Amino acid sequence: MRESSHREFEGTVLEDRVEQIRSSFPILSRAVHEHPLVYLDNAASSQKPDVVIDRISRYYREQHSNVHRGVHALSQEATDAYEEARDTVCEFIGADDRSEIIFTKGTTDAINLVAFSYAGRMLEEGDEIVLTQMEHHSNIVPWQLACEISGAIIKVVPFEEDGSLNYEEYEKSLSERTRLVAVTHVSNSLGTVNPVKRMISDAHGLDIPVLIDGAQAVSHMPVNVCELDADFYCFSGHKMYGPTGIGVLYGKQELLNRMPPYQGGGDMIESVSFEGSSFNSLPYKFEAGTPNIAGAIGLAAAMDFIRETGFDFITDHETRLLHHAHEKLQAFDRLRIIGTAPEKISVVSFLLGDSHPYDVATLLDRLGIAVRSGHHCTQPVMARYGIPGTVRASFALYNTIDEIDVLAEGLERAEGILF
Amino acid sequence: MCSPKDWNAQKGFYFEKLTAAHEISTVSQDIVDEFAFFEDWLDRYEHLIDLGRELPILDDAFRTNEYRIRGCQAQVWLHPSRINGLVYFTADSDAMITKGLIALLIRVLDGRTGDEIMNADLSFLDAIGMKEHLSPTRKNGLDAMIKQIKLYALALSSQANQS
Repeated sequence: MRESSHREFEGTVLEDRVEQIRSSFPILSRAVHEHPLVYLDNAASSQKPDVVIDRISRYYREQHSNVHRGVHALSQEATDAYEEARDTVCEFIGADDRSEIIFTKGTTDAINLVAFSYAGRMLEEGDEIVLTQMEHHSNIVPWQLACEISGAIIKVVPFEEDGSLNYEEYEKSLSERTRLVAVTHVSNSLGTVNPVKRMISDAHGLDIPVLIDGAQAVSHMPVNVCELDADFYCFSGHKMYGPTGIGVLYGKQELLNRMPPYQGGGDMIESVSFEGSSFNSLPYKFEAGTPNIAGAIGLAAAMDFIRETGFDFITDHETRLLHHAHEKLQAFDRLRIIGTAPEKISVVSFLLGDSHPYDVATLLDRLGIAVRSGHHCTQPVMARYGIPGTVRASFALYNTIDEIDVLAEGLERAEGILF
Repeated sequence: MCSPKDWNAQKGFYFEKLTAAHEISTVSQDIVDEFAFFEDWLDRYEHLIDLGRELPILDDAFRTNEYRIRGCQAQVWLHPSRINGLVYFTADSDAMITKGLIALLIRVLDGRTGDEIMNADLSFLDAIGMKEHLSPTRKNGLDAMIKQIKLYALALSSQANQS
């Protein structure tokens, strides 16, 4: 009794906190199809708080100029803001050195950078890249292209029915020909949290570097790249309350120094002549051309926002949302949850009987509920289950228990129409 | 305003009216009037889905890759045929909303000449608020299906013109 009233009290405190957070996301107060917006498509992209929107606006209003080039005041201010953003990222993910933080367009761009740089000099015919069956297409296709160039091959580690990685198969997949393991930290379609620390440690036992796709992790849990001992860690700004078009590649200095540049252009060179060019030092060697200055600054504002909100609150609240969603959805006789790994966060994929995800998502949309339908860029996952796709509800720190109840009510209406 | 259940009770009357109508514009207008009955969007969708359920079953022989129109999300199978110079379609989809829209398209375009189909005004889909499903970015196969229908009609009318 005491415990339940304690939990109730904790629940009320959490709800108040969520309401306060929600009020700093202007888009959340809009209506969709004459219903209050219930935004449950956060794994695709999260919404932006005022602090991020205002920071970007202030940059363009007061500070904009090109970075690294001018001696004039504005260029200096823009450069300072851009480089301070790199420091913020460095601290946020616990990296040792700011030169290991490379700004990219996003996770996809970061993975492509490593894949193409590797293909150029570090992969040979018969070498192996280890991926898992639950990777997003953006952690599959760049490696397929790199393999086409280099003659390397891809080995795929399968996962179990519940969405957990088959660890035994992972261990077996590592060999003396393995040049890299590339694995997602959290599956975007199943929510599975992979045991990346152990995976990295086992790969390192054979001197194999590991790239982690952290796109679905960084906004939900504290990530420390040094603690993980990750060789590469990639993520996007827009899934962590930051702007689109900006992301990060973290890489260990030693590896980044050995890798050839991925793109050529301004800012990434030391000197250029028609006889040949020499390249700038890290991180600039991998940042050709004028970077996404506003994006980097906006991303730093998003990281400050997350840090101020605190991962204690974020993980507590999001775990509560996930449990409540599971409980509500399991009450439907004909609903099947895809992905029930014990280590799971922030995503619930499901099918309502044999109905098509497109139908369910369309009907929910009419009720103002934004979910995603389809294969979520993980066709091999869908093939593993023999399904065309799923409906996916994915959570962020501003979602509420009430919103999950609205989702359940919406599903009841959809069920009434479709069956 | 009425519920899909009320509609089912009345539809015999409407279908009688429809069989008497021949012009594409008349059939389209009937569809627009029919959907105007439903004020609630989910009732509209329920009605659309019911129409899809009444679509004649596509022969398994045509449920093959040859007749499949690939959408990223939903699949459509379309089988056109020609009888006495007129085009007839049977079709199916794995998504019920797409199937309902197919039922509407067939109601408007079935049993017409290639020229009629090519020049058909399909703005009724906009008028009943279903235009968004035609966008290629929805990737539900419907946009590709309409293109396929018109291509088939074009091939047919150029054949007719040659002979």
